[in-house]
Amino acid sequence: MEYEAVIGLEVHAQLLTDSKIFCGCSTKFGATPNSHTCQICLGMPGVLPVLNRKVVEFAIKMALATHCRINSEDVFARKNYFYPDLPKGYQISQYDKPLAEKGYVDLEIDGARKRIGIIRIHMEEDAGKLLHDEYAPSSYVDFNRTGVPLIEIVSEPDLRSPEEASAYLRRLHEILVYLEICDGNMEEGSFRCDANVSIRPKGQEPFGTRTELKNMNSFRNVQRALEYEIKRQQYVLEGGGQIVQETRLWDESQGATISMRGKEEAHDYRYFPDPDLVPVVTDEAWIAQIKRSLPELPLERRERFVRDFGIPPYDAVVLTSAKALADFYEETVRLTGKPKIASNWIMGDFLRFLNEEKKNIKESLVRPEGLAEMINLIEDGTISGKIAKEVFETMYRTGKSPAVIIEERGLVQITDEDALKKVVAGVIAANPVQLKQYRAGREKLFGFFVGQVMKETCGKANPALVNELLKKMLSAL
Amino acid sequence: MELYRLTIHELQNLFKRGEITSREVTESVFRRIEAVEGKVHSYITLLKDSAMEEARVADGSIRRGEIRPLTGIPVALKDILCTKGIKTTCGSRILYNYIPPYDATVVKKLKAAGAVFVGKTNMDEFAMGSSTETSYFGLTKNPWDLERIPGGSSGGSASAVAADECIAAIGSDTGGSIRQPAALCGVVGMKPTYGRVSRYGLIAFASSLDQIGPFAKDVEDCAIMMNAIAGYDPMESTSVPVDVPDYRSFTGKDISGWTLGIPREYFIKGIDPEVLSAVKKAIGVLESLGAECVDISLPHTEYCLAVYYIIAPAEASSNLARYDGVKYGYRAKDARDLLEMYKKTRSEGFGAEVKRRIMLGTYSLSSGYYDAYYRKASQVRTLIKRDFEDAFRKCDVVVTPTTPTPAFKVGEKTDDPLQMYLSDIFTISANLAGIPGISVPCGYSGTGLPIGLQFLAGHFQEGKLIQIASAYERHSKLEKRRPDL
Repeated sequence: MEYEAVIGLEVHAQLLTDSKIFCGCSTKFGATPNSHTCQICLGMPGVLPVLNRKVVEFAIKMALATHCRINSEDVFARKNYFYPDLPKGYQISQYDKPLAEKGYVDLEIDGARKRIGIIRIHMEEDAGKLLHDEYAPSSYVDFNRTGVPLIEIVSEPDLRSPEEASAYLRRLHEILVYLEICDGNMEEGSFRCDANVSIRPKGQEPFGTRTELKNMNSFRNVQRALEYEIKRQQYVLEGGGQIVQETRLWDESQGATISMRGKEEAHDYRYFPDPDLVPVVTDEAWIAQIKRSLPELPLERRERFVRDFGIPPYDAVVLTSAKALADFYEETVRLTGKPKIASNWIMGDFLRFLNEEKKNIKESLVRPEGLAEMINLIEDGTISGKIAKEVFETMYRTGKSPAVIIEERGLVQITDEDALKKVVAGVIAANPVQLKQYRAGREKLFGFFVGQVMKETCGKANPALVNELLKKMLSAL
Repeated sequence: MELYRLTIHELQNLFKRGEITSREVTESVFRRIEAVEGKVHSYITLLKDSAMEEARVADGSIRRGEIRPLTGIPVALKDILCTKGIKTTCGSRILYNYIPPYDATVVKKLKAAGAVFVGKTNMDEFAMGSSTETSYFGLTKNPWDLERIPGGSSGGSASAVAADECIAAIGSDTGGSIRQPAALCGVVGMKPTYGRVSRYGLIAFASSLDQIGPFAKDVEDCAIMMNAIAGYDPMESTSVPVDVPDYRSFTGKDISGWTLGIPREYFIKGIDPEVLSAVKKAIGVLESLGAECVDISLPHTEYCLAVYYIIAPAEASSNLARYDGVKYGYRAKDARDLLEMYKKTRSEGFGAEVKRRIMLGTYSLSSGYYDAYYRKASQVRTLIKRDFEDAFRKCDVVVTPTTPTPAFKVGEKTDDPLQMYLSDIFTISANLAGIPGISVPCGYSGTGLPIGLQFLAGHFQEGKLIQIASAYERHSKLEKRRPDL
């Protein structure tokens, strides 16, 4: 029988606010354990939460970018369960009155558009982290992450394959990073995903029994876990068995999902409205103001780049994959008027260097002004494309401007015809054997002479002029 | 003259005239504590050394003429308020060794007002109780009759004021925990409007009901304490940014032309006849001052206790989840794994009443029961609020007995939680409605036990309560008795 997968994703994204959701502690990752804590995020007796307004603003940005309806009043609720990384014994989350509901994102799958529904987006606080001693039966808790703001984005079960799930996840990731409300770092846990998956015979309307998958900390693992789980469910059904509703953990080393807890052991979270917080009222004027501040989103920008700059769709996809990159590109185009050349430089050497060092474009010493200056120097013939590669690398390593690099290294292209004529004549005179062969019909040796001229001029000779002079002088002999 | 017997305003006058020092007052209070604490047991922790130091600093201020509202006044704090560097137990074994790293907002405000902290008073464990018998730290006795309870949960604060072991005290009131012990110990106690006094640093029992308030020897002292602790706090989301009037300015005024609502649901069978007669006599005094009584109805009164015992335990079951042995307080020994540590810690750390309420609350919030219990209770709570809104369209204040009986005997109701819960029957509605209430002494039973009169007013109308309580106090010609200790 042919089966079809039904997948829904729950994505948790840490918001890039400076301070935590209910206290003033820093949200910075990687600090000494428990150094970013206070009585409030430690859940000391008597403390009370006060909502960070920035969290609501960031969450509204995501809601708007995913076409959600924003509720005029939303309510924080307590999700009660015991765990050592949860200092209050409950997580402040949202339950029956979330921030936003009923949105969607559009995906491009095999050239066709597919719309994936979003059930809800809500705000909540992150929990801490347990560190287990490898040598002693002890565990330690780091509460630095406790109270870092999260939004949870819950999709409709609209995804039909691991590839679609992966594409949806990448789209959400791209939007979050684009909005500059999440750094999207999956390894550090700023972007996390759980999946609900079931299968059904193709053509059947009702959903099968679903399992929930957890612990997938990369795009690749999400896809692998889903692929595994779909096959596992198929195997169970084909063997005459039944799917058990349960939570399963992805084990990367085994490449398998493993049962964690069944339906009977599922928590009863005893949600109720948090009496320490008041309902959040989001008025129209505020939403309108946030809406005006939203950047152009990747999909729209991509289409505009293709339309207005005439670059290939592939280039547009790469260049809009991060907002800073797209901003960089657009500024370079504005300063040069050369969209394709700018794209070639950015997608070529620039991204290669950045990837080699695992840097993002904001950390680079190269600014759009520098790259634009270099492109303009190529265009007006001051340097050759070949020399430009050297200039660019120096610019990348040192941050100096192209003009300074060219000046310091004497890299200005030789376009003086008389000076080049002398070099060409010298090269011809120094290679009588090759000259003889060339004149005997071995025209491939033309390249040899070009190479010799370039060598003599340390690459600075204007290649077009060298060609012209060589042709003229070789045939004149 | 025994300085410990005096009120805040009397002491302030003596300070201003340079006749006494705060050190003398504080020493006097601690001598009194030495004399009677063994019988009464108001305190869990005494702070003599720091109090004497604070008194010394206060005397410096007084000499410089810098007298703030509570400069040099010995004040006691219920052990539910977090005090930086000072053990704060909430009456529970589970916090037997807990030292907070911060001060509650009210503690900060009292410090800023110049108060001297005498100690931390005994209380029912996590404020769950009406007799202070659920404390892990032993019984507190009613100074008027050592066989009897002082009321609760702020029993230690009430008995400390009544026995002159401090000049004034702070308590907290979730269902009557200030007004009920104030009535049973013959002192003034006020529960302010929800949102009037910051809850930041008050260890939570039921967050939507808890409110901090003062115990005082008279109404003017109550007003002085309110001036010191009331006000908006940005650290609390449910704090309300409403201007705080000078509560002291409401004392000494007349109440002629006021309308008093007498709710028929509060004058029912089962009230002790002596209580009823004292309250009726008090109403007569008020009428003689030009106030007019109207019969009113608060039709949802009969549901108050039921609603309270759904909402308060539900919130408590969540608020008390943090006491798990992981971070602070008591942790059971010899647990083999995490689950066992949780179970043993909480089984050994909490007392029976706290566990009963955690179970009640956990049950009523559980999936499948939430709608029938918590949601329904929240809806009825709205109706109770509306009862009062309707009532305050017809009257200035509502007048009721504070408690159905005077203080009962130690152990009398400990085996019957329902009987115990009924002792808060007249005070719970104010917490559910979020309105302010005050209890003032209005007489004594035949055996000499104090009886309390309760006034209730609309949101943020504490001034009205001070005004009527002060007028009553002045004109009641109530015999000024002191407990014989």
